[in-house]
Amino acid sequence: MAGVTARRARKQRAFRWTVLIVLGVFFVLPLIAMVEFSTRDPSTWPALVDWPELSERYPALAEGITSSLSQAALTALLMLVLLVPTAVWVRLRLPQLRRVVEFLCLLPLTIPAIVLVVGLAPVYAWVTYFFGGSSLTLVFAYTVLVLPYAYRAIDAGLSAIDVKTLAEAARSLGAGWGTVMWRVVLPNIRSAVLSAAFLTVALVLGEFTIASLLNRTNLQVAINFLGKSSATMSVAVSLTALLLAFVLLLLLSLLGGRRKSTPTPFKEPAA
Amino acid sequence: MAETVAAVPQRVARRPRLRGVTALLGTVPFFAYVTIFLVIPTLVVVIGAFAGNEGGASLDSVKALGNSYILDAFGRSIALSAISALVGAVLGALLAYALVTAKPDGVLRRVVTAAAGVLAQFGGVTLAFAFLATIGLSGFITVWLQDTFNVNLYENGVWLFELPGLTLVYTYFQIPLMVIVFLPALDGIRPQWREATESLGGTTWQYWTRVAGPLLAPAFLGSALLLFANSFSAYATAAALVSQGSPLVPLQIRGALTSEVLLGQQNVGKAMALGMVVVVSVVMALYTLLQKRTSKWLG
Repeated sequence: MAGVTARRARKQRAFRWTVLIVLGVFFVLPLIAMVEFSTRDPSTWPALVDWPELSERYPALAEGITSSLSQAALTALLMLVLLVPTAVWVRLRLPQLRRVVEFLCLLPLTIPAIVLVVGLAPVYAWVTYFFGGSSLTLVFAYTVLVLPYAYRAIDAGLSAIDVKTLAEAARSLGAGWGTVMWRVVLPNIRSAVLSAAFLTVALVLGEFTIASLLNRTNLQVAINFLGKSSATMSVAVSLTALLLAFVLLLLLSLLGGRRKSTPTPFKEPAA
Repeated sequence: MAETVAAVPQRVARRPRLRGVTALLGTVPFFAYVTIFLVIPTLVVVIGAFAGNEGGASLDSVKALGNSYILDAFGRSIALSAISALVGAVLGALLAYALVTAKPDGVLRRVVTAAAGVLAQFGGVTLAFAFLATIGLSGFITVWLQDTFNVNLYENGVWLFELPGLTLVYTYFQIPLMVIVFLPALDGIRPQWREATESLGGTTWQYWTRVAGPLLAPAFLGSALLLFANSFSAYATAAALVSQGSPLVPLQIRGALTSEVLLGQQNVGKAMALGMVVVVSVVMALYTLLQKRTSKWLG
């Protein structure tokens, strides 16, 4: 029996490394190619770090970068303002509405972004009428886009604590609803809020469909536009954007790992 | 004393109603927002697909889906999604199995799952440019093959900008997604089941075809369906790669949105969008069904 197990372990190890090496090459090659491609013109990377020169040589790209960053920040903010109080409120006071809220939040999963654009076009005619055609107005659409991911993160965070008891304790000590949200619930779901925000930022930085079809600009639209005139620069920016998303999501997975390993004081027994 | 007694029932009777109303008020911002930016757009698509060009109900737009160019686009979209889902599912499952045989808390598994989490999100324009830098006309691999082996990657035409190229590019985010969704099912396989098979005289082949295979089949199929929906809804990668023609449904929708040449065709885009929603909903419903089946044994 021991011989069989040893032989199997050896076979599995061989299989594991074959799969890992073959697929590893497939996944790493494009990244290496991006590095090679973007260094063909030696002036590319220095230009990318030098912001004044970048905005002078590639104004559209600089505009795309700034609008994507502000879109990401504003979307994360709007998502949190909209979602966290509602999720807490529904848990505390309107449990019968939870299914409805969950359904609405997960609905964008079955509606591809390209379909959402079709429906959003008339809505954005009004948005443009009220707020103008700024690329920041995309924040409204992006908040809908990130709803499923953000909702799941926040809902998981809320499930891990006993919101009701916490709120009742705070209320019985004389706290108002504002205090309950801001000083009792929020600190307890900090890591869930953080992962929702990280996911939002990563998704918004990678968004292309809605921005391009509603004729607004962001990083991806700018990269696509740049690809037609300066291929090396567009590959360099792509690589940077990718690395940024990589770091963000890696931080996120580390965050998730830590949350699992340290039990919170109000953890419910496994449901 | 009598006064307070009289006052109490009144307060009790009044407050719950008031409470219900004020409690509902707390959700108004959320529902208002979701109505404007999610429900109305959805309704615009659904109603628009069944609306005539001069108002009123009409089936013209939905009937226009029968046009050969739209049917072809749906066919190509479905074929691309199915092939990339199948390739992604098989390779992703192999990779996931390779991870399961490694140490559960080892560095290898943690690094690969984290990388899969990132790469599954990697799509759109950046991915298109990554592949242009790799196997584009002046890409790293293309040039290297040409210089060292004198092999022309594009002897029979530039397939990168057509369906074969798209399939290859899509595989890049499908494999990592498969790893993420399939790994939990593989983790649910207990070593005891293998031991039980062996103690009853079963071979490895029998274990995989009679025990692990049937147990994993719903999870594998479900994950493959999720991959299908994922590539069926993808737009940005294709939009950045394909510059000529509109071979896929999302690109046809782009054409319907951006060109106002064809008068009387405004709602065909909405009908195509509705078609996409129907396909994705059916696939996701099947996925949920298979997911339930999976959790029975491997939950």
